[in-house]
Amino acid sequence: MGLPLLAVEDLHASLADGREILRGINLRVHEGEVHAIMGPNGSGKSTLAAVLAGREGYRVEAGRVFYRGRDLLSMAPEERAAEGLFLAFQYPVEIPGVNNMVFLRAALNAQRRRHGESEIDAGEFLRAVKKKLALLDMDEALLHRALNAGFSGGEKKRNEILQMAILEPRLAVLDEVDSGLDIDALKAVAKGVESLRAPDRAIVLITHYERLLEQLAPDHVHVLNAGRIVESGGRELAAELERHGYAFLGEGT
Amino acid sequence: MTLPLDSRETVRFLAEEGYKYGFVTEIEAESAPPGLGEETVRFISGKKGEPSWLLEWRLSALAAWRQMTPPNWAKLRLAPIDYQAISYYSAPKQKTAPQSLDEVDPELLRTYEKLGIPLKEREVLAGVAVDAVFDSVSVATTFKEELAKLGIIFCSIGEAVREHPDLVRRYLGSVVPQGDNFFAALNSAVFSDGTFAYIPPGVRCPLELSTYFRINAAKTGQFERTLIVADKGAAVSYLEGCTAPQRDENQLHAAVVELVAEEDAAIKYSTVQNWYPGDAEGKGGIYNFVTKRGHCRGARSKISWTQVETGSAITWKYPSCILEGDRSIGEFYSVAITNNCQQADTGTKMIHIGKETRSTILAKGISAGRGQNTYRGLVRVLPRAEGARNHTRCDSLLIGDRCGAHTVPYIETRNPSARVEHEATTGKISEDQLFYCRQRGLGEEDALSLIVNGFCKEVLKELPMEFAVEAQKLLAVSLEGSVG
Repeated sequence: MGLPLLAVEDLHASLADGREILRGINLRVHEGEVHAIMGPNGSGKSTLAAVLAGREGYRVEAGRVFYRGRDLLSMAPEERAAEGLFLAFQYPVEIPGVNNMVFLRAALNAQRRRHGESEIDAGEFLRAVKKKLALLDMDEALLHRALNAGFSGGEKKRNEILQMAILEPRLAVLDEVDSGLDIDALKAVAKGVESLRAPDRAIVLITHYERLLEQLAPDHVHVLNAGRIVESGGRELAAELERHGYAFLGEGT
Repeated sequence: MTLPLDSRETVRFLAEEGYKYGFVTEIEAESAPPGLGEETVRFISGKKGEPSWLLEWRLSALAAWRQMTPPNWAKLRLAPIDYQAISYYSAPKQKTAPQSLDEVDPELLRTYEKLGIPLKEREVLAGVAVDAVFDSVSVATTFKEELAKLGIIFCSIGEAVREHPDLVRRYLGSVVPQGDNFFAALNSAVFSDGTFAYIPPGVRCPLELSTYFRINAAKTGQFERTLIVADKGAAVSYLEGCTAPQRDENQLHAAVVELVAEEDAAIKYSTVQNWYPGDAEGKGGIYNFVTKRGHCRGARSKISWTQVETGSAITWKYPSCILEGDRSIGEFYSVAITNNCQQADTGTKMIHIGKETRSTILAKGISAGRGQNTYRGLVRVLPRAEGARNHTRCDSLLIGDRCGAHTVPYIETRNPSARVEHEATTGKISEDQLFYCRQRGLGEEDALSLIVNGFCKEVLKELPMEFAVEAQKLLAVSLEGSVG
């Protein structure tokens, strides 16, 4: 196997108040792979996603992260995005007055400009979006509403996947994209994500539950506890967690 | 010829026709010595060759002004102004004008570039001594002739006094009397020039009117006076100002704008104000004390104010509507930005006199840096205003933690059937919102601009299309450096 798309080496990170959340994460993700990161509340799952995306408010104390061979931690968030790193937010942010489609097109064009490409033609963009809508079983009316404003939980999560489908990232980190969804919405989201699996794309699923994994069949499952990956395995690990809970992790839970 | 709706296109189209008229040099320029007294007023009036009634009118304004003191109720901090140290009449200075854009402050040029101001206009705005000034004079003249065919009068106040004295005499000061307030009285005594527009009965003005197009807006006087009259059933949309930053030697500006809407008439007045706000430490910058008022005189008349205020060190401004005609309508849409050390105390007054009068107020305040932004508004319903309705919404957006937003609504109703609603919100641009945008690939300033434009959207959509696009860019430029 060639160079990993993402290589996290002994990553330590803490909050501004000094509390250490990540205590030596090691993770290698190759193109085409789907990884699931599971773990109890407070184990550091969302912090890992935030640090990878470059959110402020975290201090990296030690370790390195390579993404497509580059030092990820030295890049600005928008640069990481343009390089193909996508984070689906656990709590997508509402931005009143900003049209959903206008936002998505602005984002796509910002990324294209960084690559020296021309802006996408409005008609072409609209056709691409409509195609993806059907895939996610999404209501077209959502395109014309303000970004996430007043969206239901399911609508917000679908909208995240719609953005992913349009932005076509190389590495997608989906932070609890399954939380708070009813079974129909979960199926729609899972179907959307499944359709975005590609040989040149890797997906990291952060989740509490196994039910999403039943539909998405990850290649690797990791268990995060107290800021460290304590177990790694195949799909069977997720099933085991579902049966026994996180209790078998012993101390620290 | 048919008149296209996009006024900028019109400028180009008309400009291509070439000059029909030469440039007439005004009476040799002189400046009045600093100070304000009867002599000053007589000097100004004499320079302009005004009739005696107007001189008397100015003198009575001066007499009123002398009895007045500057208002101190606004939430503004400023040092006292020495009114005797100001020169109230000065001729245009030409010898210091740069000869080409190469001699203009590169910072200013960079801003023009960002705003997408056409090259030709950049020269004029930057005060370059070029033929473009001739262009605008000739263009304005051609434009006026087209309007004249419809019976529309659109000229300077000075010209209107000479050519249409009866109209001016009938309406001047009828909405904002000479002694209305300290700054209006000052303006009435010494106003330099300004704009006059009259739309005859039943005529809908086919073009957005602006002061000599916006090109000449750079030459706005210190004490400007505007009077717009829409006669019965007439309609007009007027644009004031310019998105480009304007350099001005005069620190104090005190303009007066009067609008009169007769029965079934409609006036839409849009402003984009981007005067020099002073440097990041608050040095310099224009003091802008404006009195703007519209009178819905006839039944079913309508006056709508839209303003985007991004410039000036101090803004003191309350475009108002007197809703006298039954079922008349007043609207006020505002975006005010204060960054660095800017202070704005702005809002509106809606005075409901007639039956079933309606008013809408939508004010968006954005504060960044150490900016202080106050919305101050009055909704007054008089006893006769049966069934009057008002809806007010004031939203404030804070960027950073050193700025301030204040909302001061006054509501007085003396008719029990009136319905007055007031909503106010204050929010902060959150780190979450900025991060979300950046995670999708938008740079920090693009993200801020997107969020702010979303916040202002309902006001911006009230602007004429061409202005709206520029205003969006202007918001972004005004907030540069306020994040990160």
